[in-house]
Amino acid sequence: MADPTAVPTPPAPAPKPAAAKPVAPALREFGEIPALQPGSMAGSKPYVANEKIQEAIGFPGALVEDWHDRAIGKMGELLGKYRSLQVFMDACVHCGACTDKCHYFLGSGDPKNMPVARQELMRSVYRRHFTLAGKLFPKLVGAQDLTRELLDDWFNYYHQCSECRRCSVFCPYGIDTAEITMAGREILDSIGYGQKYGNEIIGKVHRIGNNLGLPGPALEDTLLGLEEDVKEDTGADVKYPLDVQGAEVLLVTPSADFFAEPHVESLIGYGKVFHAAGISWTLSSKASEAGNFGMFIGNYEQLRKIALRIREAALELGVKRIVVGECGHAWRVAYSFWNTLVGIGAGGKDPFAIELQRQLDPRYKQPMHICELTWDLIQQGRLKFDKEKNDHRIITFHDSCNVARASRMGDAPGGQFEIPRAIIRAVANHYVEMAPGTTHEKTFCCGGGGGLLTDELMDLRIKGALPRMEALRQVVDQQGVNFMATICAICKAQFSKVLPYYGHKMQLVGGVHQLVSTAIRLD
Amino acid sequence: MNYAFATLFYFAAIVLVAGVAARLWRWGQVPAPLKIPTTPAPTTSGGVALRLARELVFFESLFRANLWLWACGWIFHVGLALVGLRHLRYFTDPVWGLVAWMQPLGILGGLLMVAGLAGLWLRRWAVQRIRYISTPSDHLMLALLLLIAASGLAMKFVFHTDVLAVKRFFIGLMHFQVLPLPADGPLVVHLSLVAALMLIFPFSKLMHAPGLFFSPTRNQPDDPRERRHQAAWAARLDVTKG
Ligand code: SF4
Ligand code: SF4
Repeated sequence: MADPTAVPTPPAPAPKPAAAKPVAPALREFGEIPALQPGSMAGSKPYVANEKIQEAIGFPGALVEDWHDRAIGKMGELLGKYRSLQVFMDACVHCGACTDKCHYFLGSGDPKNMPVARQELMRSVYRRHFTLAGKLFPKLVGAQDLTRELLDDWFNYYHQCSECRRCSVFCPYGIDTAEITMAGREILDSIGYGQKYGNEIIGKVHRIGNNLGLPGPALEDTLLGLEEDVKEDTGADVKYPLDVQGAEVLLVTPSADFFAEPHVESLIGYGKVFHAAGISWTLSSKASEAGNFGMFIGNYEQLRKIALRIREAALELGVKRIVVGECGHAWRVAYSFWNTLVGIGAGGKDPFAIELQRQLDPRYKQPMHICELTWDLIQQGRLKFDKEKNDHRIITFHDSCNVARASRMGDAPGGQFEIPRAIIRAVANHYVEMAPGTTHEKTFCCGGGGGLLTDELMDLRIKGALPRMEALRQVVDQQGVNFMATICAICKAQFSKVLPYYGHKMQLVGGVHQLVSTAIRLD
Repeated sequence: MNYAFATLFYFAAIVLVAGVAARLWRWGQVPAPLKIPTTPAPTTSGGVALRLARELVFFESLFRANLWLWACGWIFHVGLALVGLRHLRYFTDPVWGLVAWMQPLGILGGLLMVAGLAGLWLRRWAVQRIRYISTPSDHLMLALLLLIAASGLAMKFVFHTDVLAVKRFFIGLMHFQVLPLPADGPLVVHLSLVAALMLIFPFSKLMHAPGLFFSPTRNQPDDPRERRHQAAWAARLDVTKG
């Protein structure tokens, strides 16, 4: 099947020097922190977005002439709009607690990938232009002017952060480098220095409805094909409906679920769950994408505009519930931001939010994660499983950053950890945890999140996966793990690509609902 | 000299209070438009208060991050708190019971401060990663605090100062009277450095102390589905459908 990362790439802009094929770094002894290798990732950068991509979503087409002043101006604007940015610029004490927490640093040794150093790229400019000390004694407090060189560093190193928030867990003030990376990308976009991969995808969501540019008819075909496959496999008439007016549930899922392996196995699983529980549901061609890359570029307007599609689809289809499929950052946006952005949730006062609240069923959480839905059904005894069908698998669970550190499931803090694990235990007999410092809120990013899932960043992605690969290697060698379940489309795509570099089969990664799909009884 | 110090302290106090107030005002003004608590986060404001209290008293996140760093930082701050309490005797008459009772602990606090600061500074030199991120001001700040602690301890253990006169001087300042201050070397050093610390506090990373309470990743309850959270500038976008 097609590569989920394959956003059709036009020929590379300039002939590249024959780059050596990236290789995986050696696995380290547990806990070893690499020596600094200054500049080792200075050359890692994504393609710059061209004029067409930039202008399609309202950014200048190329680096503007007065970029310096506009960048500083934009920074001032953001400092006034985001308390996170303002406080994080002021509060860091350079304690260094975060320095060994970033997977990109651990994998590359480049000091600018230490979270605090990544922040300093912006903080030094902040000091120079927005603080007294930096204006008077720049050298003393580490303030610097925004030179072209530094701007390029912004572009390179703000695209070596997956906005995974791991650093924020350990910082004594909760300083979240993701917020700074987002601000950095927002500033870069505003002066015409955007990233091709992410911005092209945002254009596609608006134009076609999903990140992969899959038009409605193709989607319909795919879903019909799935129905046939499932019928052949199981004999059951499981439906994968599209644009059904008046369905109970609108399922919004990452578009990779429609055709990429292993993603589609989870989509098959969602359908089986709805079928077995007798819940009517539908996908939407308008909202055929749960992902919201507006978050990755820190742009509130884009974030909101992309989220609006969901509200519109829900209103048009008249559904009672909105459920989100296996996608990490999409769940963060849905859980944490949808209510704020467009009033999906309780308490909105604008007319459309009120209309939606009237329509949605208040007995359910809105929006709801597919794992919450499945787990509720399991607890009610409405789903039955043949657990031994998963007996060929020894399973571990990879917590995805945006689910783990930026969202929740269920009623209690930490439900985002417990519920997916509970589902796995309910559908399979062999479950194993990876090392404690690498799971739950301390989980390591897959290395491809935050808008970095593009081929030209392959070297970075391989290096960033190192800490997870080390923890995985341990359970593979010691406990025979042969399946790493996860609930994120980016994790699945990234691991499928990167696992072979570390000597594993790409089939090692899959979805939680893939396991559900294997074991569920359909009669 | 009495007048010089009186002026210096009035000035430093004004800068400290006004500077901190201005910064806090600024932080309070800037909205937090999105819900971004680092999860797992408490779902209620009571839970948030507990989370912040644990951070404030135990440095919970730092503890998770690095034990050595936590130990140095925590020892220093506990020492600082004890020393601060001990110094209340210079500003209260009669001295409060608790403050009188804890005076010996204050000395211990001074020693803890020195130990913690020394550890932190050593770390800045010895660990390559921390050396990389340190600016000259980071080192100077540690030097300043270390000198303050050392000169204070020196007055206790080596060159005794007429502390009653010092107390009269500060109580006098609080009543807008300038009384004589002993002209001892260590005292002059000690007081000058403290004034310097007060002057740079609002403009430096020392503002990290109140920063914790304004940090959205720590001070927000995790309840975005139940309560709509919107900044004024973002709510203005609501008037349009798309
Ligand atoms: S958010 Fe994640 S990727 Fe970014 S600096 Fe922090 S740990 Fe690294
Ligand atoms: S842990 Fe926080 S305060 Fe310490 S260096 Fe990192 S960002 Fe700064």
